[in-house]
Amino acid sequence: MRIEIRNGRVIDPASGLDRAADIFVANGKIVGVGETAPDGFTAEGVIDASGCIVCPGLIDLSARLREPGFEYKATLESEMAAAAAGGVTRLVCPPDTDPPLDEPGLVEMLKYRARQPGFAHVHPLGALTIGLAGQRLTEMAELAEAGCIAFGQADVSVVDTKVLLRAMQYAATFGFPVWLQAQDAHLAKGGVAHDGGIAARLGLAGIPVVAETVALATYLQLVRETGGRLHIRRLSSAAGLELVRAARADGLPVTCDITTQHLHLCDRDIGFFNAHARLNPPLRSARDRAALALGLADGSIDVLCSDHTPVDDDAKQLPFDEAEPGATGLELLLPLTLRWAGTAQLPLTTALARITSDPARILGLDCGRIAVGAPADLCVFDPATRFTVSRERLKSQGKNTPFLGRELAGEVRYTLIDGYLAYAAEKLL
Amino acid sequence: MNLANPQLNDHGELIHLLSLDGLPREILHGILDRAAPFTAVAEREVKKVPLLRGKSVFNLFFENSTRTRTTFEIAAKRLSADVINLNINTSSAAKGESLLDTVDNLAAMQADMFVVRHASSGAPYLIAQHLAATGRNHIHVVNAGDGSHSHPTQGLLDMYTIRHYKRDFTKLTVAVVGDILHSRVARSQLHALVTLGVPEIRLVGPKTLLPAAAARMIEKGPLRVCHDINEGLRGADVVMTLRLQNERMQGALLPSPQEYFKSYGLTPEKLELAKPDAIVMHPGPMNRGIEIDSAVADGKQAVILPQVTFGIAVRMAVMSMLAGSQ
Repeated sequence: MRIEIRNGRVIDPASGLDRAADIFVANGKIVGVGETAPDGFTAEGVIDASGCIVCPGLIDLSARLREPGFEYKATLESEMAAAAAGGVTRLVCPPDTDPPLDEPGLVEMLKYRARQPGFAHVHPLGALTIGLAGQRLTEMAELAEAGCIAFGQADVSVVDTKVLLRAMQYAATFGFPVWLQAQDAHLAKGGVAHDGGIAARLGLAGIPVVAETVALATYLQLVRETGGRLHIRRLSSAAGLELVRAARADGLPVTCDITTQHLHLCDRDIGFFNAHARLNPPLRSARDRAALALGLADGSIDVLCSDHTPVDDDAKQLPFDEAEPGATGLELLLPLTLRWAGTAQLPLTTALARITSDPARILGLDCGRIAVGAPADLCVFDPATRFTVSRERLKSQGKNTPFLGRELAGEVRYTLIDGYLAYAAEKLL
Repeated sequence: MNLANPQLNDHGELIHLLSLDGLPREILHGILDRAAPFTAVAEREVKKVPLLRGKSVFNLFFENSTRTRTTFEIAAKRLSADVINLNINTSSAAKGESLLDTVDNLAAMQADMFVVRHASSGAPYLIAQHLAATGRNHIHVVNAGDGSHSHPTQGLLDMYTIRHYKRDFTKLTVAVVGDILHSRVARSQLHALVTLGVPEIRLVGPKTLLPAAAARMIEKGPLRVCHDINEGLRGADVVMTLRLQNERMQGALLPSPQEYFKSYGLTPEKLELAKPDAIVMHPGPMNRGIEIDSAVADGKQAVILPQVTFGIAVRMAVMSMLAGSQ
C-alpha cells in the first residue's frame, strides 16, 4: 500500500533531522522525504500528521512475548497488538520462555509465528547455556542461523564463572554478542527489594548494589580476557554505571541499557508493598535513579528499553515477596521516554535516539532511521495528548505496571511496519 | 480506605491495625489509654465484657504460632467475640488455594475481623487492600506479625509496659539488642518509640544482624547503631532484647549461639552498665543462655511476664477500638 504521511514534524535521530516534512511509503520502503511526492507516486492512503511527530518505529531491546510456554500470561497476538499500539516495530525477546530458547527449532517456530503483516520484527535472544542452567553451551552457530541476534541468560545468572568464560569465548569466536544482566546469584539470593532504607523499613529481604557491581566486575574482566562484545541488560545502580563508564573509557566493547521503570521510579515507589513495583533488578534508591537518568542523557547508557513482562493477575495479587517480578511496558515506552525528555529538558532527537537509532546500533542492523530506501518502520504520535494509564487502555494481556493511574503524554496515532499499517487510532484519509 | 495510610479511614480513625509506621501519637496513646481498664477485667471473677458480643473474629495463621494466637484468642473471648482459629499451613494453602481466595471464602462466612499472621512482609496490607477493593471495608484486619515487617500489637504492649514503669517517653534512652534484621518486633518498637518521642534509641547487634541501612530505617528517627553492647547499654533506661530467630538464619550470619551469647547476651554484668532502675524486656519465647542470661530473665529488673499480661489488655483495646470504628 502506498501511504503519504502529511504535515508531520519528522524527527530522525540517526541523521539529526527535525523538520516539517511529508513521508512517502511504497512497497514497504520509504520512497520520499520532503515536500513533494516522488515522480509517479499516488497515495492510496493519507495519514494527516498535523500536530504529530513522525519518527522511526521504536526498537525495544527487551520484550517478553511469553511464547512458548506462558500463553496464559500473554500470546504473540496480544503482545504484537500492544507493540503496534506502542509504536514499537522491532523487539528483542529474552530466552526465558518454557522451554527456553536453547534449540534452533524453537527459535524457527517463534520467528515463523511472528512473521505476519503488522507484527513487529522479532529478534530472539538465544540461550547462552542449555536450559539457562549455566552448565552446557548451546549450539550458538545453529541458533544464530535460526535467527538469534545474540545470546544471553535472561534473569538467570551463570553461577560457574568458568562456564561463563567458555561461553563468552565461544560466542566471541563467531563474533556473537553476549547480553547479560549483572546480578551475582549468591548475593541476590532471596532478595526482593533494593537493600536500602525502604527495604529495612518494610522488612523486605534486600538485594544489595554489590550484587550488581561484583557481577559486573567479573563480566568486564571476562570481556578483557575474551575480546567478545558484551551488552549489559537492565543496569540498576550508580555504582554499576561507574564501572561501565570506566570500562568504556578503557576501550572495552561494552554497551548497556536501562528500563523505563528504573529511569522513573525508585524503591520509594514500593509504597505499601505494591507488587507492581516488584521488578528485576529491584528499583534502587533515588540517588541511583538520578544517576541512571544522567547516564542515559549523556549516552553512557546506550538504550532505554521497556523490559516488557506481562504477568497474570494471579501471579501479582500475592504478598510482595511471592509476587512474580516484572512490568508490562511496550505501550509505555514512548510516553515514558517523552516524560524523561521533558523533565531532563532534552531535545527530542536525543531522547528518541535511545529508543530508535541507538538500539539499532546495538543490533547492528540497518533500521531505526528515516531515509529514502530504508524499511518503512514508522511511528506517528501526538506528543501533547494526555492519557491515564489504565487496565482497560492497555492492549497487552499483562495489566501489571507500576504506572497504573499515572497521567502521561504521548499518544501513538499510527504505526507502520514494513509499510503495513499495523496500528491506526483513526482511519486514513 | 485512606491511600496515604491504608489503616486509617478518611477521618483519620483506625480501621485496621497493620503497622505502627505512620500512626500518630494520639492514636498510640489512645490505644494504651483504652487498654488500662482492661487489665482490671482479668482480675474479676467473670473475665468478660460484652463489647464484641455477636462478632466473629477469625484467627488466620499462615505461619505457626501458639503464643500469639492464644493471646489474641483470649483477648477476643474476654470481649465476648466468637473466635474461629484457622491454621492455614495445614489446610487450604496446602491445597493450593491463594491467599485472597481464602480471604474471600472467610469473608463470605460473615467475618467481622481477621487476625492475620503471615510469613511474607506486607501480606496483611494485601488483604486490607483487597477488602477495600471489593467493598468490604467493614471487615477489620489486625496484623499479628508479617514476615520481618511488623508486629504492631507486640510493639504496643511493649509501649504499654514502658509507660507503666517509666511514665514519660521523652526522657528515655532505649537499647534494642539482637537480631534487628529479621525482627518484625524491633521494627514495630522503633516506630512507636520514635513517634512517642524517645530521644535516643540504640540498635545493638553485629553487622550481620542489622539492616545495611539500619540508621535510615526511620527517617529523622534518633537511631544510633552500636556494635559494642557495652556502649549500647551504658546509661539505658530500657533494654529490649530480641529473640534470636534460629529458623530465619539462612546463611553464615553467626558462627555459633555460644559466641553470640558471649558478645551480645544480656548478662547481669552487662546490665550493670544500664541505669540502676533500667527495665529488661523480651517479646518471648526466650532462648535462655543465648540472648539472655537466666539471672537477668528471672531478675528483679525483668518485666517479661508483665509484658504478657499487658499484651492481652492491649489486644482487647485494639480489637474493641476497631470494632467501634466504621
